[in-house]
Amino acid sequence: MDFHFNQEQQQFADALRRWVDKDYRFETRQKIIHSATGTSDAAWATLAELGMTALPLPAGAGGFDGTAVDMLLVMQELGRGLVVEPYFATVLGARFLTLAGGHDAVLEQVASGSLKLACALGERQSRHDMHAIATTATASGDGFVLDGEKTVVIHGAQADFLIVSARSSGSQAETDGISLFLVPVDAPGVSVRDYRTIDGQRAASVTLVQVVLGHDALIGQKGQGWPVLDAALDYGAALLCAEAVGAMDAIFAATLEYLKTRQQFGAPIGKFQALQHRMADMFIHLEQARSMAMLAAAKADSDDVAERRRTVSAAKARVGLAATFVGQQAVQLHGGMGVTDELPAAHHFKRLSMIALTLGDVEHHIERFIAQPGFLPTETA
Amino acid sequence: MDLHYTAEETAFRDTVRTFLDTHLPADLQRKVRQHLRLAKDDYVRWHKIVAQQGWAAPAWPVEHGGTGWTAVQRHIWEDECARAATPPILPFGVNMVAPVIMAFANAEQKAYYLPRILNCDDWWCQGYSEPGAGSDLASLKTTAERDGDHYIVNGQKTWTTLGQHADMIFCLVRTDSTVRKQEGISFLLIDMKTPGITVRPIIMLDEEHEVNEVFFDNVRVPVSNLVGQENKGWTYAKYLLGHERTGIAAVGRSKRELTFLKQLAMRQTKRGAPLLHDPAFAAKVATLEIELMALEMTVLRVISDEGKGPGPQASMLKVRGSELQQQLTELMVEAIGPQALPFDPAFLDGSAPHSGGGDDLAAPLAAYYFNYRKTSIYGGSNEIQKNIITQMILGL
Repeated sequence: MDFHFNQEQQQFADALRRWVDKDYRFETRQKIIHSATGTSDAAWATLAELGMTALPLPAGAGGFDGTAVDMLLVMQELGRGLVVEPYFATVLGARFLTLAGGHDAVLEQVASGSLKLACALGERQSRHDMHAIATTATASGDGFVLDGEKTVVIHGAQADFLIVSARSSGSQAETDGISLFLVPVDAPGVSVRDYRTIDGQRAASVTLVQVVLGHDALIGQKGQGWPVLDAALDYGAALLCAEAVGAMDAIFAATLEYLKTRQQFGAPIGKFQALQHRMADMFIHLEQARSMAMLAAAKADSDDVAERRRTVSAAKARVGLAATFVGQQAVQLHGGMGVTDELPAAHHFKRLSMIALTLGDVEHHIERFIAQPGFLPTETA
Repeated sequence: MDLHYTAEETAFRDTVRTFLDTHLPADLQRKVRQHLRLAKDDYVRWHKIVAQQGWAAPAWPVEHGGTGWTAVQRHIWEDECARAATPPILPFGVNMVAPVIMAFANAEQKAYYLPRILNCDDWWCQGYSEPGAGSDLASLKTTAERDGDHYIVNGQKTWTTLGQHADMIFCLVRTDSTVRKQEGISFLLIDMKTPGITVRPIIMLDEEHEVNEVFFDNVRVPVSNLVGQENKGWTYAKYLLGHERTGIAAVGRSKRELTFLKQLAMRQTKRGAPLLHDPAFAAKVATLEIELMALEMTVLRVISDEGKGPGPQASMLKVRGSELQQQLTELMVEAIGPQALPFDPAFLDGSAPHSGGGDDLAAPLAAYYFNYRKTSIYGGSNEIQKNIITQMILGL
């Protein structure tokens, strides 16, 4: 058993941190999120240069075959730096293609940083159940026609291709009958409406009207998309856990510093026990979340599907609880400053809160944890 | 990062499992699994079986009878013992007084006491807390005045766990009241049969005789029973606090209790279906299980930094460990509902069948719940642990 990261993993993380500290500071980020596109081409180019786009991609596509554990440190740094570039969306999109096989040319361009992806999965009625899909994929000639509406597609407008989930058969309650497609964002019938998110990212509403696709747009097998979707979402949830830990590290450090420097009643406020114990509680939450993010990363690539689901759901639930507690308390301990736009911790709080709602909230993952084999006892007392 | 046990560690676990399968007496296992009360002989019997195998004090240096196991192996041993439902090896001798003796006692004391502790020839208890010295332990008032080759000890200790069975007590006593309170304390080993010692039971809220008051009335203790230097006792007590404390999280035990809770909730029904199928109850159990997974990983992270020692990280493990132990008992009581009310101490002692009827597994659980409120109070209350985190880790 070994909890240390190897030198290569550490180097990737260090390079990212140096870049964030130098070129992606809070003021720079503020300008980016208020810009027209909400992202920075220069930042993206640097991420590609640093090898971040190649890291999680298969060697066959020019990537580095990075594992979820390799990605743990990367995501922590992006969380710490509140990076709003379309990295997570692209990596998650690439995960669909890697899991299903095929589309090598696209993956190669993703690895080199010349293509961005986004995942158009959720719909207005689906809430956290990603099989609850109303978008239809109707067979037509050699290919398919897609119709439907996708909501809160993170970085949808910044992507070149969308991963779209659609129903080729079955009802919304079923996991059978789901097909996955790689859709060029500029395909006829695709319209993308870009908007800002509360946590500084961009997202889009995507409408699909009579979108005609060739058979080669299919990811994996027709009607058999669920195992790929389910596995990709677990991978994404594990990455978000890591990002949250990075954001919590940052907000925790900022709060601790504030407690040591802010003076009231003639003493640093960190001398007051009510605040000290709150900080100790935040520390405990953070360490539990860190443990679970590590566990999730270790299992996110696992072939043992039940174990993967169980572990990732446990982690996403636990990290979600910690994200809410640590975020809220950090704001509280900062007092009035905590509720201003000028404080980085306030932005970490917003990001943490939205991570907790992305790819399944606490309740969703507890329900999923219960549904896995291993929850019910195997023996009677 | 690799979260798997190595092949050697897996083989070690199998060896341990085989030992437990073949050596743990079924009657002891049943008592522990079903939350019945252990008698003195139950503890001693199991300790001697383990001592016979040479595993009674895994953390000790090999020269004193330790096993030479790594921290991970020691964790596996504790985890497997908890899983198999062994009685505990009581900590007062092996884990509490022995490390102090090894570090600070003279050669003669080491040669005499350590083998006896290892083999459970003496039952040890702890004389730290006093009526006026709980969380503020250093304010203790029990005095030891020098009189030739003896100390004359006067005062009162309290919360002395299982002191009614004890042969020996290790005490913090005041030998100098003219200096700062931490600087006038000494570490004394006292034979419980010495004239002037009175043990009075404190009956806990579950009516169990688990702790005691110990009174000292002009008790003559040979100076040769002083450990280390006079007035250095506080340093020794603090040394103890940094020692072998990852077990404090009791993750292994809580994993066994989680399984028990689930089995219990499958036997209980709600509107015709097993209680564990009720979404609201299942969510509570799942939340607890997830917290336990997180704590176990955290313990392993701390253990894997072998050499550094748990240090103040142990405070976090104690807080979470005790909270989860309490939540488990709380859910057990919730699971059995009105069956929590019948109370039958004779059944809990194993001396009579359950007079209240109903599920035998349910009978001890309310008492267990009430008893376990102690876990967030003893060993440094959870509030004290948060003070330690604040000062030692956060630097506030």
